[in-house]
Amino acid sequence: MSETTLGGIAGRMPKFIRRADPAVLTAFACIVVLLLVGSLYSRSFLSPEYLLQQLKVASFLGVIATGMMLVILLGQIDLSVPWSVAAGAMMACAAAAYGPAGVVLAIPFGIFCGVLIGVVNGIGVAYLRIPSMIITLATNAVAQGLMVVYTGGFSPQDSATGAMRYLATGFTIPGVPNAVIIWALIGAAMVFVLTRSGFGRAVYGIGNRERAAYLSGIDTRRVVMIAFAVSGGLSAFGGVLLAGYASKAAQSMGDAYLLPSIAAVVLGGTSILGGRGSYLGTVAGVILITLLQSILSVMQMPEAGRQIIYGVVIVAMLLLYGRAPASR
Amino acid sequence: MKDWRYWLAEQRGTLLALGIFIVMFVIYTSNHPAGFTANVVQTAANKGVLLAFVAMAQTLVVITSGIDLSVGMIFLLTNCLASWLVVGTPMQTTLGVIAVLAAGLLCGAINGAIVIYGRLQPIVATIATGAVYYGVGLLLRPFPGGSVNEDLADAMTGRFFDLVPASLVVLLAVVLLIWVPFSRSVLGRAAYAAGSSETAAYMSGVPIRRGKFAAYTLAGLLAAIGGLFLTFFTYTGEAAYASGNAYTLFSIAAVVLGGVSLFGGKGSAIGAIFGALAFRTIGDLLFVFDFDPLWQPLFQGVILLVAVSLGAFALFRVRNRLEWFL
Repeated sequence: MSETTLGGIAGRMPKFIRRADPAVLTAFACIVVLLLVGSLYSRSFLSPEYLLQQLKVASFLGVIATGMMLVILLGQIDLSVPWSVAAGAMMACAAAAYGPAGVVLAIPFGIFCGVLIGVVNGIGVAYLRIPSMIITLATNAVAQGLMVVYTGGFSPQDSATGAMRYLATGFTIPGVPNAVIIWALIGAAMVFVLTRSGFGRAVYGIGNRERAAYLSGIDTRRVVMIAFAVSGGLSAFGGVLLAGYASKAAQSMGDAYLLPSIAAVVLGGTSILGGRGSYLGTVAGVILITLLQSILSVMQMPEAGRQIIYGVVIVAMLLLYGRAPASR
Repeated sequence: MKDWRYWLAEQRGTLLALGIFIVMFVIYTSNHPAGFTANVVQTAANKGVLLAFVAMAQTLVVITSGIDLSVGMIFLLTNCLASWLVVGTPMQTTLGVIAVLAAGLLCGAINGAIVIYGRLQPIVATIATGAVYYGVGLLLRPFPGGSVNEDLADAMTGRFFDLVPASLVVLLAVVLLIWVPFSRSVLGRAAYAAGSSETAAYMSGVPIRRGKFAAYTLAGLLAAIGGLFLTFFTYTGEAAYASGNAYTLFSIAAVVLGGVSLFGGKGSAIGAIFGALAFRTIGDLLFVFDFDPLWQPLFQGVILLVAVSLGAFALFRVRNRLEWFL
């Protein structure tokens, strides 16, 4: 057995492994390493219950990172994630306070608010040609301002609806948390859109060279705007799920999702310059980040140490495979 | 074109920022219950100078067509550090100040090394290093606290000859000692050239790497001066995540208001200073008009949104639609 696996690995590997992105393989390798390190700390680290729990926690980040990936593939970035998440959660909870109709409309209304933020981003980036980093920071500030005015500076008292809690913590299929199913559905839809639809082709095209995409007859501005709207909507949906998980919304609940969502996408091999990357990589990145967070909390690392390790790991991994070509 | 028209064209952004600031400040003081007195000016200067230092830091990096999303965190980190070190005898205090400034330089140099020699994208790299700096700050000050040499702090936040705010004098000194020499040096020219067109600058043999590295490093230093001043004002160190983020955000707003192009190669730190002072004054207008302070974040956000949207007017000058896509 040993001679067949060791000799000529590259030649004998199935086609899909040979064609795989080295970044995605590295990310999956890191996941295995993290699992091994984690299992040294605690026996229960490799138990199915614990891993499912991790997947459930990962699915919130996964939903948010899906939107972020779409935007990064365009060569843009969405820094309005923190308050899109918070606005989605707060508005969904707020709608729930307005009687039975509000309860029914809570989730759509939360997502709608995120889409609205995304549309403003999209108009700014696509039609006004403002750098995405700047306009999304600005809309983030406006969303924060609106939420502060709405809540009066305190965390709102409204609580999440039953449907939100069910989506985030319930089980439709025994043993598989609903949040994981939702992430799987959104992920599958994203893979379909990216690889099988004209919109997906256009996204990759714009990420490579918007000018060329425009000259090939793609309405690039519309595509960019839709991508930002989707990103805002998914961020808000992530917020809705989080509110369901914690059973209410909080002021700074989104802050902890900006860096991880960008990191997950970039660690998964998606080029920050756009045009290159696969959803499989993003999945790997999300799981990697979640496991890293989980191990750090198992090690009872204080918040300060967590932030430091987190930043160092991201820089280190990017230095491994995220570097731009040298200028010549 | 005559010489003065070239000068005017070059300084248009700075002059516009100065104009906005003067108009806003006149509105502010004329509606302030105390009016235009030394006290009002001192308070306004002390608040504005903090943002001005951070905005100068941001300008240096933006000129190279990069962005530093960690300036706010360097500002926090140096604040926490200063609350430990800038105490005791005059000698100890001096050493403490030097150590804090050196820490800022180091943070900036790390950013520069990762972005330039590591060839990572500035956005992602500085978000990640920002997390690290915040973590170190939190390690230094898990809870708000600490102290500072109060004699020095009072001198720096007081007035010279009972008239001129000391913080403005320091700001002027920093401009004369750091910004003016840098912008006129080879390295400063290289930073501008790299922001304007990196390829052309590279082909012309301009030392773009050293220029960009100097810009990132000095940005760290300027953010540290800001952090030092924050300590002088508050007498404490605090690692508040929201405050660091807010300063990063406001520094970008100030830079945009100050006429510095976010695509790089255009603008000056002096414009960013007026941008910062104007932004602060606009934010404080709410108070003199007796609005609920709850509205301030929204108000500032809207100003930021409007300020960045103003850049879109350049679209009307575009003749060829392909120029939409840079």
